[in-house]
Amino acid sequence: MAEVICPENILKEVDVDRILDESMIMKNKGLRLSQACAAYVNGKYELSYSFAEEGTYQLTTLRTVIDPETEVSSITEFFPYAFLYENEMRELFGVKIQMTKPDYQNKLYRIRQETPFFKKAEENA
Amino acid sequence: MGKQSIIPFGPQHPVLPEPIHLDLVMEDEKILEAVPSIGFVHRGLESLVEKKDYQEMVYVIERTCGICSFMHGMGYCESIEHIMNVEVPARGRFLRTIWCEMSRIHSHLLWLGLLADAFGFESLFYQCWRMREKILDMFEMTTGGRVIFSVNKVGGVLKDMDEGQIRQILDTIEWIEKELTKIKKTFLNDYTVETRLRGVGVLTKEQAHDLGAVGPFARASGVVLDMRKRGYAAYPELDFEPVTSEDGDSWARCEVRINEIFQAIDLIRQAAAKIPAGDLAVEVKGNPEGEFFMRVEQPRGEAVYFSKGNGTKFLDRMRVRTPTFANIPGMLQTLKGADYADVPILILTIDPCISCTER
Repeated sequence: MAEVICPENILKEVDVDRILDESMIMKNKGLRLSQACAAYVNGKYELSYSFAEEGTYQLTTLRTVIDPETEVSSITEFFPYAFLYENEMRELFGVKIQMTKPDYQNKLYRIRQETPFFKKAEENA
Repeated sequence: MGKQSIIPFGPQHPVLPEPIHLDLVMEDEKILEAVPSIGFVHRGLESLVEKKDYQEMVYVIERTCGICSFMHGMGYCESIEHIMNVEVPARGRFLRTIWCEMSRIHSHLLWLGLLADAFGFESLFYQCWRMREKILDMFEMTTGGRVIFSVNKVGGVLKDMDEGQIRQILDTIEWIEKELTKIKKTFLNDYTVETRLRGVGVLTKEQAHDLGAVGPFARASGVVLDMRKRGYAAYPELDFEPVTSEDGDSWARCEVRINEIFQAIDLIRQAAAKIPAGDLAVEVKGNPEGEFFMRVEQPRGEAVYFSKGNGTKFLDRMRVRTPTFANIPGMLQTLKGADYADVPILILTIDPCISCTER
């Protein structure tokens, strides 16, 4: 039988000011950014950055909870391919992410409504 | 230094079945840089969690894509089952595995046909899709559908396979194995095919890792990464190792996908030999409270399903990160320095699914 690896996912809550430092630590460990996403829960954004270790299949998620007005640093400095995730978080939820490269200026998705996921959550609240 | 120009590619283009746009910064016939635009058909399926309860969301999520619809439904169900500590009965897990591997065969044959069509080998395209039809017939026989199957539910599966159906699936994959063995020689040894694929769009192992590539696209560059090793469905009870190659070019991506079809055939045989009798699903009571990141290996690579429940029947958040979304940065890298004539091949070799990306 082939060896199958089933590690538990790790969730680590961090302050928004630590996102860049923690991302650098993940980069230095050789982890891959598996996904990044936002959720709008109870009037706050929950940002999740998940990093995967290729040998062990461990998934470590950095979680930061912020007010809608709080600005977040882009992690594209360490993970250049995060630009798609960050542009998506900004366009669908309105998360204020600074210095994303490239910045699509809200034109990644050709949608008529601004920040549709944020507005729907607000309307339902 | 030649004159620089920008050539728009897509969203409507003969080689693109779905819309993606690239601005190609060219110097003569060489590409210096490619700037992507997506989002032409963004559907916002994820936001339907506000209107559909977590049980109904299975049918929404599987409509993310018409090719890997089964795995989308299963990945979502597994994320909810983890949150609710639901243990799917063994027969349900084995049935999921068989349908997963049938999906892989179907998807890779579809891709091989599209690749053959892209480099102008139409008879090869027909051969690949002729085989694919047989797998779709098996889906129709076992689920009633050829595109959307609706056999997953939170807690297991809705339909069973009888012995006669499993026998027919085994006969079909045996026929596909014989046919694919013949076609493999053309894909991997034919001179004209090799000249279009060998050394085209090389992505090194380091680049694949640094750009977050997943699936056959990454494995063709030597990255050993296969989410099935995490052990969902019945994969812990089957014997397999990730299929990899070292060259990192378009030919290697083709080789990996062909060998993954053979691997999928082997996995179906193993699952059919070991599938136990018993229930298909367990009854699920209550609502999910908590969250989970579920990762499954779709035909195109790692897909991530993030479900966040709040104890009510409506989830706070459902997010799908599809493999194509992760492979776009790697694709842009392969385009740098490539000839304009190779752009269709290079886009195709990540096996792009814009429908998934525009979920």
